[in-house]
Amino acid sequence: MNRRLLAAYALFAAALAAAPFLLDAYWVDVLNSVGLYALLALSLNLILGDAGLFNMGQAAFYAVGAYVAAILSTRLHVPILWALPVSGLAAAAFAAVVARPVIHLRGDYLLIVTIGMGEIVRIALVNDVGGLTGGANGIFGIARPSVLGHRIRTPQDFFFLIWAFVALTVFLFHRLEQSRFGRALNYLREDPVAAEGSGVNTTRYKLMAFVLGAAWAGMTGSLYAAKMTIISPESFSFWESVLVFLIVILGGSGSIPGVIVGAFLVVGLPEVFRGFATARMLVFGLVMMVMMIFRTQGLLPFRPVRFKESDVPRPT
Amino acid sequence: MEQFLQQLTNGLAVGGIYALIALGYTMVYGVLKLINFAHGDLFTYGAYLGMTLLTSLLLQGRLGAVGGVLVLALMVMGLVGLLGVILERAAYRPLRESPRLSAVVSALGASIFLQNALMLIYGARFQVYPEGILPQRAVNVLGLQVPLMRIVVVLVTLVMMAALYLFVQKTKIGTAIRAAAIDQGAARLMGIDVNRVISLVFLIGPALGGAAGLLVGLYYGQINFTMGWIYGMKAFTAAIIGGIGNIPGAMVGGLLLGVVEALGAGYVSVAWKDAIAFLVLILILIVRPTGLLGERVAEKV
Repeated sequence: MNRRLLAAYALFAAALAAAPFLLDAYWVDVLNSVGLYALLALSLNLILGDAGLFNMGQAAFYAVGAYVAAILSTRLHVPILWALPVSGLAAAAFAAVVARPVIHLRGDYLLIVTIGMGEIVRIALVNDVGGLTGGANGIFGIARPSVLGHRIRTPQDFFFLIWAFVALTVFLFHRLEQSRFGRALNYLREDPVAAEGSGVNTTRYKLMAFVLGAAWAGMTGSLYAAKMTIISPESFSFWESVLVFLIVILGGSGSIPGVIVGAFLVVGLPEVFRGFATARMLVFGLVMMVMMIFRTQGLLPFRPVRFKESDVPRPT
Repeated sequence: MEQFLQQLTNGLAVGGIYALIALGYTMVYGVLKLINFAHGDLFTYGAYLGMTLLTSLLLQGRLGAVGGVLVLALMVMGLVGLLGVILERAAYRPLRESPRLSAVVSALGASIFLQNALMLIYGARFQVYPEGILPQRAVNVLGLQVPLMRIVVVLVTLVMMAALYLFVQKTKIGTAIRAAAIDQGAARLMGIDVNRVISLVFLIGPALGGAAGLLVGLYYGQINFTMGWIYGMKAFTAAIIGGIGNIPGAMVGGLLLGVVEALGAGYVSVAWKDAIAFLVLILILIVRPTGLLGERVAEKV
């Protein structure tokens, strides 16, 4: 990570940390939504941005995580933050099962299949699968989380919980980006044939990206369940997937700061212009077309690491 | 048996509508290798335009029941076809040389735009077609009471499909479309104006989709601005079942999907009706990505 980016993050974190003391509860709650969408978009960015897999069913993994957390909380009275890793694992396991047979499909077909998967999950939730999901009404009465004996209740409390998780995610994903795994993903996105030829097991890496992204979406789902205390299938509709997809594409797919900026634009801006709320999706659609024509790579595009000649060790 | 036959005829009617929409997907895919995500919304525009023209022009009174509907259908098809051509110019042509996936995102954007434009104009509520446009009688077919409208839908879709098939197979322009689908570069060298072929495909496909929208409005009497998305997904599934890029395949796939879905809803569960289509789609893509008669879509690396 270069210095300028680090400084930008520090500045951003400082501004954000001051926000709950300056803003009223409503705007803090808006920032909480932005945080949750940023997490979802970061999880999708791993799949869509880094691995280049067109997944438009991220809401399905989000839903699996949220429902697992909600069921654990309401039926077994597991504290919701303990349910967080479990819901991540559940979403990951689900992703591994559904992605394995379809991961080799070409871009736009993968897109269709993931849309179909998301819809099947939503229909299954509405139909009260196994008597666990509560049908169209969903699940209510999810317990509030508590951290070190402090009960998290107000938007301000959630603000710190959610954005701490965002900060952790950003840190981990930056590390991941520079790891062997992250570089392999970028390689296979840019040129799958060359990657395969250089010994990158493309199927395995694609699958790993999918599973890891799903795990993160699942954990975000449990945070969402904890925040709302009530969840229902309509929160996990196709449009949710579209919105997250949009954040990644507009922000700059493959670029972590880009995705965060995207979350602010897509989720935060419509709140600022609430008078035009009904026209929001219209504008999004238009922006998608215009962006693809004039700036395909997004607002803050992914910048590959460049090496200077002096960085390369000379053979002695 | 009675119930089975009723479900079967209903499935054929719905399947015919899917097939009409699927033709648009398959023709565009054949020439541009692009999934036109906005196609389902063009179908919705057909339904809404049909309703608006029906209530504002009073064609029924002037031209009689059959003549009125016929003129209405031509107007709707023309307008939706024009919309398709504009869509191609605005959202797809600038991206002809870009990576395929940019065009897909642009198509999604176009879909969202069209759908929400419709919502802003008409509102989010269900809209109702005026009643009594075509007589709501049931006809006795070999001892089975079948609603007249159902027969009309099946006949109209079959006639349109046959006409399109003959057009593409037998005429000179149809040959140009097929040539452009096989190899655009070679087609250009043979003196075919590929841009015009693409515009033509974007005229015919949406025109058929718009006609399907009108049929749905007349058949069910109720339309909604989001219905294009579910019909579009079903029709796309139909196109995949038949093998995308393949015109007879889309017809077979559409009818097949309609029947499977109607029987599934009748005998398995109505609540899972929409899931059936998606499941069929996923299974086909996994097991036989080429469809029943079509092109290869999975990458073998």
